[in-house]
Amino acid sequence: MQLEHTVRGWIREGSRVLDLGCGDGRLLLDLAASRAVLGYGLEIDQRGIARCLEAGVNVIEQDLDRGLGNFPDHSFDTVIMTQTLQAVRFPHMVLEEMLRIGRQCVITFPNFGNWRCRLQLGGGGHMPVSRFLPYAWYDTPNIHFCTVLDFEALCRSKNIRILDRVVLDAGDSESLATRLLPNLFGMTAIFRVTR
Amino acid sequence: MSIEPKSDSVGIVTPKVEHFDQPLALGSGQSLPAYDIVYETYGELNASRSNAILICHALSGTHHAAGLHSDSDRKPGWWDHCIGPGKPIDTQLFHVVSLNNLGGCAGSTGPASINPATGRPWGPEFPVIGARDWVASQARLADRLGIARWAAVIGGSLGGMQAMLWAIDLPDRIAHCVVIAAALKLSAQNLAFNEIARQAITADPDFHDGWFLEHGSAPRRGLAIARMVGHVTYLSDELMGDKFGRELRSGSLTQGGVSNAEFQVQSYLRYQGDQFADNFDANTYLLMTRALDYFDLAREFGDDAPAAFRRAAARFLVMSFSSDWRFSPARSREIVDALISAGRDVSYTEIEAAEGHDSFLLPVARYHEALGLYLKRVHRELSHAA
Repeated sequence: MQLEHTVRGWIREGSRVLDLGCGDGRLLLDLAASRAVLGYGLEIDQRGIARCLEAGVNVIEQDLDRGLGNFPDHSFDTVIMTQTLQAVRFPHMVLEEMLRIGRQCVITFPNFGNWRCRLQLGGGGHMPVSRFLPYAWYDTPNIHFCTVLDFEALCRSKNIRILDRVVLDAGDSESLATRLLPNLFGMTAIFRVTR
Repeated sequence: MSIEPKSDSVGIVTPKVEHFDQPLALGSGQSLPAYDIVYETYGELNASRSNAILICHALSGTHHAAGLHSDSDRKPGWWDHCIGPGKPIDTQLFHVVSLNNLGGCAGSTGPASINPATGRPWGPEFPVIGARDWVASQARLADRLGIARWAAVIGGSLGGMQAMLWAIDLPDRIAHCVVIAAALKLSAQNLAFNEIARQAITADPDFHDGWFLEHGSAPRRGLAIARMVGHVTYLSDELMGDKFGRELRSGSLTQGGVSNAEFQVQSYLRYQGDQFADNFDANTYLLMTRALDYFDLAREFGDDAPAAFRRAAARFLVMSFSSDWRFSPARSREIVDALISAGRDVSYTEIEAAEGHDSFLLPVARYHEALGLYLKRVHRELSHAA
């Protein structure tokens, strides 16, 4: 997977990684194997937790929306949040907390500025539903969609430094199109940020 | 051809006793000259002796954790839901060792045993025992059984505290540490409940300053009240409401006809108290509650729990229950946060359950699933290592 590949390149050997919303622990398993990280994942989905326990991934049952105050300042080298930013109650506050806990943060989210989304909303007049965003508007965990541009604006307003940006298309790879017009052709945005 | 139904019970088990005559130096400064440990085992020890699991019991637990003692035995061991073939602690995969702790009253040396120096029961003169002493005595039992390293040490409540001490005191001898509904130390509220329980016992005229066996009596009323107090704190308000509500067992509260009204919960509590008083030694109860009170994992480490856990090498599973207010999820979170600070491997689940602290003894589906998944992986590790 391109996502794992990209993140791997930013993680130091043997460093401490916190993955917010770690799902089945796939990324942490990958980073443990490739970078020998000491990783912990936070998750509230019971199936995800069960898969982590089965795989031997350190998983902590904790709800991001109830705060991360139990983690001391700079207690992790990297705090990661993949495809979860749009599902938390206060994304900007979670982002602030991530930057407090981690020396660097990696955030990925579905880019709502993608042309397919624009087409469905602008052309069809419907909230986008796709393979990537398979939920109906009334029954979705995703409550805070944003675009690549929106996220960059948030970083600017909060004095967050963007170290890297990788934008992937529907085929999960970087292309000329996603490089030139990330907000239009990007399906998944990956940012590495720090303060 | 008849097909035997697949049983998930360990079946009939027979307790065994090991005698130790090497004195055990205790944390209190005292020493126990010689002692017996009674224990049971379930499941086969593998050839490399690597698949053993130690069960540490809680306040009133015994060595009898699973199975039955005879064909006519009606009541299985206290954790029979959890230990057996195909159960979370799977006896087809693991060799499970469960013992009665020193100071207990189920067969291991305790206050009701004879003090060899005086020829009469130890009674109140039985040495003060701490959780750390239990770990030391359990390690001696492990030596005797030829178990150099536990695949896992598992305990709930006071048992969880022993499991944590195993990880810290004997890091080379424990691969996984499972801590269920426990805490780094008791809260003031917890200390207070234990004090009420002890006062109930010592205020009973039949207590005779702990020499009740000499007097041919037992502080049954005090012990029953102690158990009643404890029992209330092990359940949740919600569960008691569902189970008993304000149901009357007898009498009436009808306007104009009020007579001897007794609530269901009253008779339930009395029954629990009486049952307990018939089967438990009052001095053991005092000893066990003190061990619980005195336990403070970080005390010897400058009150720095992460410093304590940095001595550990085991991987941890910590579990708590949503309605447990005696050892609340917040207490388990303190353990988890300290382990993360110490850079130790840990997983944590907070199980939704209505039964309060007692949940750890009950077959709560998600609890058993999570524990079972974790231990299956522990077993897979063994196969890889072999």
